Amino acid sequence: MERDTHFILGVYDDEDVLLHAVEQVRGSGVKIHEVYSPYPVHGLEHVLGYKRSKLPIAAFLFGMLGLTLALTMQFYMMKFDWPMIIGGKDYGAFPDFVPVSFEMTVLLAAFGMVGVFLITSNLKPWAQPRIFDLRSTDDKHIMAIDLANNSSLDLDKIKEILTESGATEVNKKSFE
Amino acid sequence: MQVTSSVRQPLVTGGKTYHDVTHDVCRQVEGKPSKLWFLAFLTAFGVLAIGSTALLATLWEGIGMWGLNKTVGWAWDITNFVWWVGIGHAGTLISAVLLLFRQKWRTSINRAAEAMTIFAVICAAMFPIIHMGRPWLGAYWALPLPNTYGSLWVNFNSPLLWDVFAISTYFSVSLVFWYIGLIPDFATIRDRATGLRKIIYGALSLGWDGAAKTWMRYESVSLILAGLATPLVLSVHTIVSFDFATSVIPGWHTTIFPPYFVAGAIFSGFAMVLTLMIVTRKVYKLEDYITIGHIELMNIVIIITGSIVGIAYITEFFMAWYSGVEAEQYAFINRATGPYWWAYWSMMTCNVISPQLFWIKKIRTSIVATFALSIVVNIGMWFERFVIIVTSLHRDYLPSSWAMFYPTLVDVGVYLFTFGFFFTAFFLFAKFFPVINMAEVKSVLKSSSEKAHK
Repeated sequence: MERDTHFILGVYDDEDVLLHAVEQVRGSGVKIHEVYSPYPVHGLEHVLGYKRSKLPIAAFLFGMLGLTLALTMQFYMMKFDWPMIIGGKDYGAFPDFVPVSFEMTVLLAAFGMVGVFLITSNLKPWAQPRIFDLRSTDDKHIMAIDLANNSSLDLDKIKEILTESGATEVNKKSFE
Repeated sequence: MQVTSSVRQPLVTGGKTYHDVTHDVCRQVEGKPSKLWFLAFLTAFGVLAIGSTALLATLWEGIGMWGLNKTVGWAWDITNFVWWVGIGHAGTLISAVLLLFRQKWRTSINRAAEAMTIFAVICAAMFPIIHMGRPWLGAYWALPLPNTYGSLWVNFNSPLLWDVFAISTYFSVSLVFWYIGLIPDFATIRDRATGLRKIIYGALSLGWDGAAKTWMRYESVSLILAGLATPLVLSVHTIVSFDFATSVIPGWHTTIFPPYFVAGAIFSGFAMVLTLMIVTRKVYKLEDYITIGHIELMNIVIIITGSIVGIAYITEFFMAWYSGVEAEQYAFINRATGPYWWAYWSMMTCNVISPQLFWIKKIRTSIVATFALSIVVNIGMWFERFVIIVTSLHRDYLPSSWAMFYPTLVDVGVYLFTFGFFFTAFFLFAKFFPVINMAEVKSVLKSSSEKAHK
């Protein structure tokens, strides 16, 4: 990708300064590529204007799938395929099927949701992430600004906006 | 933005900065293991090797090698199974239930507690598998697989089958929960490393880059996993208790079992977490992260769950008398005064009396006392399962078939094997994995450490 190879990085020490900085930088008309943090900063997704994750819906749908599969499997096996009287109960003894149905609902909801999370976030063992600054997994918050996306703005102007917003360092980073 | 309470103790002491957190935790992974670690690891591995002879004897000769007889058909195997599953309840409870209740002190202990959970559940699962006698055929007896009998399916009316689903779901969901939490920390190790370590932890971190969007999804995943794991934790020991409660054996056939077993599981799980964490914090010098405050809070959970267990013991006795069922009454009188009276009174002393000592602040904030009592609690919880299982069985309806259970060396050896496995796995975890969840500790650091404010 030729376009997004040149970045300006704002380095922030503090999460609260970062939250204000994101608002300020976006307010000045600069488009932020992404913010990289060593830990989850609450409220960052709001100031960056990200939409709420749809993962809860995925979890619900996979959970429903698990419940359906579990009930279908148990009724098919116990009532239709090989009916047997066990403990004088009905073939389709629904109360007895509750524990397994619950467990399979949880199992599929958890695995389905995590699967969707890994795929949408592009997390896989052979992934080669672009690391803007090695300290972003240690103690610094890194705000990356894609120069190609902000071609209307002057380079020095962006640097000035970042410094004003409280960045302790402003660096340039280019990828091959 | 952050509100700091002047009343609450800081969660992390010693004025740690964000970088200090990274350094203190990664140091263990990056440095050469100490002599103490090697000694501990080799001891655990030695126990595993000795115990494996008993495991081989069981697999080769069959479960006739155990001390079971036709009256007492469940004894050490199921006692150990329930004991290990109980221990395996603390980790997911800490990470899931305490997350939903916004108990931020969980952040320093959840990683190791979850690891402990996973190893304990593996130890637990081993017993039902080997007690099948021919475990290589066990898949047909435990899983709904098509087979050559027609297909004759597994019995979904049986609590033993519910257990198969409960334990395997609990294990796999706990494993996923644990691994999702590990990903950001593996990325931290990757970004500090070079060479082979960078490649290995790079693969383990799945290409994590800490982007705000990924963190947002990560938080969403953690919250929902916690929401799913909370009823799951409670369901697992409930279903284990159904193994007994849905039978018609006097002493087992009681509706009190599910809540009583769940409370007992949390009780013994927290005790095991304390045993391990007190050693880990000392060896790894993590006293600033796992503070006396953490130990005290865990001891409070032990008082509560221990008291619930104590009330359950008394309620069981009362109900046996109040029900007017003679067989039920006899089962309980026999527990307290019969040939296994010593097991019953060990259980009562260890589980009912000893946790009450934690009402005294000096005891619950003392590391030595906590360590000693955490072991006492787990001895007591082992006896609890032994008492419930063996004393309910050994004098059945027909006095001519009354019998005693005596463990054989193989019984003891298989139990030792699980101990060896548990500690070997825990020591490997403590060496190669970050024992404290760095990302989560960093997220509570600002509100709880003096220095991070400046």
